[in-house]
Amino acid sequence: MNGPVSFFLDDREVTATPGESLWDVARREGTEIPHLCHTPKPGYRPDGNCRACMVEVEGERVLAAACIRQPQAGMRVSTGSPRVECARRTVFELLLADQPPRTQAHRLDTSFVHWCDHLGVSESPYPARKPPEPDRSHPAVAWFPDACIQCQLCVRACREVQHNDVIGMAYRGGNTRVIFDLDDRLAESTCVACGECVQACPTGALMESARVNRMGEGLPPAEKRVPSICPYCGVGCQLDFLVDDERIVAVEGRDGPSNHNRLCVKGRFGFDYIHHPQRLTRPLIRRDDAPKAGSGTVDPADPSSHFREASWEEALDVAANGFKKIRERDGGEALAGFGSAKGSNEEAYLVQKLVRTGFGTHNVDHCTRLCHASSVAALFEGIGSGAVTAPFTTCAESDVIIVTGSNTSANHPVAATFLKQAAVRGATLIVIDPRGVDLVAYAEHRLLFQPGSDVALLNAMLHVIIEEDLYDHAFVANRTEGFEELRTHIQPYRPETMAPICGIEAETIRRVARIYAGAKAAVIFWGMGISQHVHGTDNVRCLIALATICGQVGRPGTGLHPLRGQNNVQGASDAGLIPMFLPDYQSVEDAATRARYEQAWGVKLPAKRGLTVVEIIDAACGGRIKGLYVMGENPAMSDPDLNHARASLARLEHLVVQDLFLTETAFHADVVLPAAAWPEKEGTVTNTNRQVQMGRPAVAPPGEVRQDWWIVQQLARRLGLDWDYQGPADVYREMSSLMASLKHISWERLQREDSVTYPCPGPDEPGHEVVFWDRFPTASGRARLVPVDIIPPDELPDEKYPMVLITGRLLEHWHTGAMTRRSRALDAIEPEAAVSLAPADLARLELNAGDRVRVSTRRGTIQIPARADPRVPEGSLFIPFCYVEAAANLLTNPVLDPYGKIPEFKFCAAQVEDGS
Amino acid sequence: MVRARGRGKQRKLHPRGRSVEPAALEAVREVLGVEPLRRDLLIEYLHRIQAHYHHLSRLHLTALAAEMRLPMAEIYEVASFYAHFHIDSENPSLPVLRVCTSLPCMLASADTLLGQLRGQLSGRARVLPGSCMGRCDCAPVVAIDARYIVNASPQSVRTALDDRVEEPLPSATRYVAYVADGGYQLLQSCRIGKRPLTDILNKLEASGLRGLGGAGFPTAHKWRTVASAPGPRYMVVNADEGEPGTFKDRDYLAREPHRVLEGVLLAAWAVGAEKIYIYLRDEYPELYRLLAEELPAVIEAGLAPAGGVEVRRGAGAYICGEESAMLESIEGKRGLPRHRPPYVAEQGLFGRPTLVQNVETLYWLREILEQGAERFAALGLNGASGLRAYSVSGRVREPGVKRAPAGISARQLIDEYAGGMAEGHTFRAFLPGGASGGILPERLADLPLDFGSLDEHGCFVGSGALIVLSDQDDLSAVTRNLMAFFAHESCGQCTPCRVGTEKAAELLRAPVENEALLSELAEAMTNASICGLGQAAPNPVRSLYRFFRDDLM
Repeated sequence: MNGPVSFFLDDREVTATPGESLWDVARREGTEIPHLCHTPKPGYRPDGNCRACMVEVEGERVLAAACIRQPQAGMRVSTGSPRVECARRTVFELLLADQPPRTQAHRLDTSFVHWCDHLGVSESPYPARKPPEPDRSHPAVAWFPDACIQCQLCVRACREVQHNDVIGMAYRGGNTRVIFDLDDRLAESTCVACGECVQACPTGALMESARVNRMGEGLPPAEKRVPSICPYCGVGCQLDFLVDDERIVAVEGRDGPSNHNRLCVKGRFGFDYIHHPQRLTRPLIRRDDAPKAGSGTVDPADPSSHFREASWEEALDVAANGFKKIRERDGGEALAGFGSAKGSNEEAYLVQKLVRTGFGTHNVDHCTRLCHASSVAALFEGIGSGAVTAPFTTCAESDVIIVTGSNTSANHPVAATFLKQAAVRGATLIVIDPRGVDLVAYAEHRLLFQPGSDVALLNAMLHVIIEEDLYDHAFVANRTEGFEELRTHIQPYRPETMAPICGIEAETIRRVARIYAGAKAAVIFWGMGISQHVHGTDNVRCLIALATICGQVGRPGTGLHPLRGQNNVQGASDAGLIPMFLPDYQSVEDAATRARYEQAWGVKLPAKRGLTVVEIIDAACGGRIKGLYVMGENPAMSDPDLNHARASLARLEHLVVQDLFLTETAFHADVVLPAAAWPEKEGTVTNTNRQVQMGRPAVAPPGEVRQDWWIVQQLARRLGLDWDYQGPADVYREMSSLMASLKHISWERLQREDSVTYPCPGPDEPGHEVVFWDRFPTASGRARLVPVDIIPPDELPDEKYPMVLITGRLLEHWHTGAMTRRSRALDAIEPEAAVSLAPADLARLELNAGDRVRVSTRRGTIQIPARADPRVPEGSLFIPFCYVEAAANLLTNPVLDPYGKIPEFKFCAAQVEDGS
Repeated sequence: MVRARGRGKQRKLHPRGRSVEPAALEAVREVLGVEPLRRDLLIEYLHRIQAHYHHLSRLHLTALAAEMRLPMAEIYEVASFYAHFHIDSENPSLPVLRVCTSLPCMLASADTLLGQLRGQLSGRARVLPGSCMGRCDCAPVVAIDARYIVNASPQSVRTALDDRVEEPLPSATRYVAYVADGGYQLLQSCRIGKRPLTDILNKLEASGLRGLGGAGFPTAHKWRTVASAPGPRYMVVNADEGEPGTFKDRDYLAREPHRVLEGVLLAAWAVGAEKIYIYLRDEYPELYRLLAEELPAVIEAGLAPAGGVEVRRGAGAYICGEESAMLESIEGKRGLPRHRPPYVAEQGLFGRPTLVQNVETLYWLREILEQGAERFAALGLNGASGLRAYSVSGRVREPGVKRAPAGISARQLIDEYAGGMAEGHTFRAFLPGGASGGILPERLADLPLDFGSLDEHGCFVGSGALIVLSDQDDLSAVTRNLMAFFAHESCGQCTPCRVGTEKAAELLRAPVENEALLSELAEAMTNASICGLGQAAPNPVRSLYRFFRDDLM
């Protein structure tokens, strides 16, 4: 169908636009047609199997399913003829016959119940089958096949929307039923519990486990739903918090630009940490009889051994006075503050403003230092901006997609669904990673290279592209500088020479380089496998060179996209939680910039850049930093070489920690301030796609818990600042007046639209998703090509420590686990630390999966059970850093990338021994 | 109910889900060989693995999924859909013994035989009921793995279990003999332009040839539609006759495979098909071997390009005789019929325009184009065109494939072709078109058996499978047997068919009490099912109430 089509719907002439089904047109025209297997949500293909939406087309022998039938000119369609009524009623009666009685329904607010009531079908004349047994093996999702109507929505949800590929519809006829993998129990299947199927199920056959009682009966529907944003990763999924009696009882995805209703296991099932009994509800002050020690631990369930409760007044006074004393005695340079990429933009802005104006130092940083600092450094140097050049959804228009150093399906699960969708559509997906990450199942080319040899591999690709003259001459001539230096520099990096270093055959390197260079539109995604190295900045320089010499930037389907980690790491960086930059990456060493902010803030600013996260910890160890304010960060888990980091924290004269729980960092605190959790807050966050989005409070904070912005303001006032913000909206107005990036994105607009991409050309116009189409925001307007050499990882394996330790995250656990390990479902799915080894290494070490092993590096030792994982390359270990009981960062190497100051979390020499 | 074992405390030894066992991966690779794996050959791969290991173990399925880079669930969906695949059998070393329980075999006491074999052979075979095996003239039929025992008795089955002799190939007219008799000259003359396409199409139209798989779509019209669609185009031969009581295509292929193949190549030439797929039911392994012997000769002679004709085996699914379900199966998927529109002539195999023709339709091409279209057309009776093969089974003296004028009556077929009624049986009723064509009483046995001629009685001739019933048959039991067949063979995709056939089979236990409800259900199934299976499944129920009320009690 090429143009609009006129036809008759119940004798009324209507017009269908191309692509619209009869069902679509009817809905638009206000005629509700019952439907069970169909949903108009994005990504769901109509399937026409339930036969609830049957309509009669004049002249046709049988009825047609409206959801899947395209109108034709002149067609006469009846949505309520006697034949239609009979068929529809029979369909519902047939299905109802086998449903559990309504008094025992697993869910009541289903579309099946809705349509039964609508059609007046309350009982079925048909005999019932014997109900099949439920499967409640999984901590998050319960499966009640007795309510299943085989509509295949869950199959489409799992296989075509999220591409997790677990659910199938097996057998046939009356035996047709949903299966997981090879008809396995859900808990033993490859289910990642994204919950898309639960959200899609029209009968309550697939349920959130927590929404049914032991008998399988559904709990009453939630009272209200509050639109907000997911608190976990940088994808920034829009969601609804479902609230009942001041508790979040469930979460559903919303149609946000970065998620189209999709969520992952954390977003959907990881909301209950806010109701955890260990939640701090009153301020705490360290007891005089509880001295600090780096190795000291406190029971987060009962801090009374080390802390006493205090009033807000007292706690804020003690907190502020400690800083004031040091500031007056040692100067601002003895103070530092860590903001959080888990808070809102407004909070990030306030923290950096507090440190800069209240403490009088630029010693302010946050966990971006530990994730993408090297990416940002290289991007700034190369193209003048640290943010992504295009949203990850641009991959829908790519014909080649490179993903490197990113376990996307674990760390940005919803972004991964878009990548997989693009691969299914026909884009060539190239995964370049030492680990066989799950995404390789969709990759046409899988380059499982030697850990730490990124530059060798990427330089070899650059070599091929330049030597074989595959680069974009016009783009290189008009948009880049330094090409000749790069050309000269890259000559020795022949694939044949690099192959033994990176472990990828020269022919494969050539083929992949040619595919990338020859693409009409190619995009590069990367994660911390690229950035967390001593050569992290160099890695990214290579990626920038690849993209720019091939002209793969600035058009839809192209770009450079570092997948940002925390939900607001982009926003927190933009807001100035960086020691070298004021908001919008304006250098603190630039006098004009300082003058602008000094005028706005009414305070003189230091001219010297501050220290970064790891430098601050080092300085604390050395006694140069004496007071530290930590809002929502957990360096006692997230920093490298934790023994050193924890000892440094314990050495501090004054440590104030503001958090939800008594974190490992708070063990060493003098004052602990209980703060509100994200679902209790109003504020904006900026995701990896540069989309500024509005979060709204779903529930009130418990006990005496206060909002972060309020706490920061109280500290500021006690440090002599005359702040008087009435709420986040006031803060946002101030910051957006100072930040060009937020131009045309008002608080009110965000309240209205939920999400606006920056940069934005006008108050009523959408933001630019793809940037740098004509120039880069560098001084010359050109991209700067920076040739790099191979720098080996800092600590290479040797006889004593023969293996390579890689750290990272798990799908189920966020960062240091403070939130997710307090989420019932998430911790039940992954309750225990484990070190993953290649099966061959286990065999070589004469170990079995499940054995306890001792993993040691030059910095420490942990005891941890082993897991056999064929995705881990031989000679490597993988340990997630979220488990306090076997903290991976006790082992990691604190050596830093010289530009980004990011630690080498992805490579250190380690030893594994039988630990039993 | 399945409960978590020590919820949250079980140590995980592996990443989530099943892991591929290296030994299983090796085993699968060995069976599948070194050719790059193709998604559309999944069913073939499952056949090969099962042939080697006598079942499909989950270890092998896990490895196959990894090797093909397919979701495990997708493999399992396909493997579990087809009746001939056995996933994780308890006793894979035992032969699988399937007893046909479809109507012609039921009339020959297959249910008793099944019971006897179950009793006598436990521990020696995996005894299962099966659907129609296409040997209804020799009922009852029992399959032992891929061997078929006709006119089976407990004794003959036991004997066959012991002596594992491979069935001989059918005594077909082989390539050399066929060519010697003038075979493939028609095809050659078309290809060199001596018989122009327009002429062929006009002849075909004049012959009145219609699709003899059962739908009766005018063949010339179908060819024109496919030929005019943009390429690449495919041709698919439907050799999946699964309609109970139908065994004519087996007969054609067994006797004159090259006459069929010449028709295939001719049709492919006419529509400009790039590739030909022959979808053969798995119940005909002797034909699979025959074609494997004969096709190379055709290719060697340059009549078809190497790789231009693929023979695909089904795996035990009646629904795959439905043309769009068959295309899905050739693509390596479950046989779920597709929604129409689009029609397969426009969007068929792999989304391309596809000519789908039944074996018999192709068989007649040479006859028509050599002997004359008008002459062929005139052979029909009662306004029908040409000859066709009727599969006659049930209570007749000489069941079998009867080549007779199209439009012949059931009575004529019984009396003049099938030797009359079987000893001791009085003609009472008949099924004109297998399981789905409804049931008619003896008094309507003079109606012509042709497309459209039985419409007003709620019946159709379909694939021409005449099953004859006698005074000794209980029509309620017959109807229940048919409905059980449909319930077993429903693909399970749409509600009216998946749930409807099952509930109808249940309601038929009390046909008097449930008449109103069954009538309403029949109406909804016919109106709202996706494909012909669900639409036609209630036909015997309607016939039962309309013609055989005496049998309701």
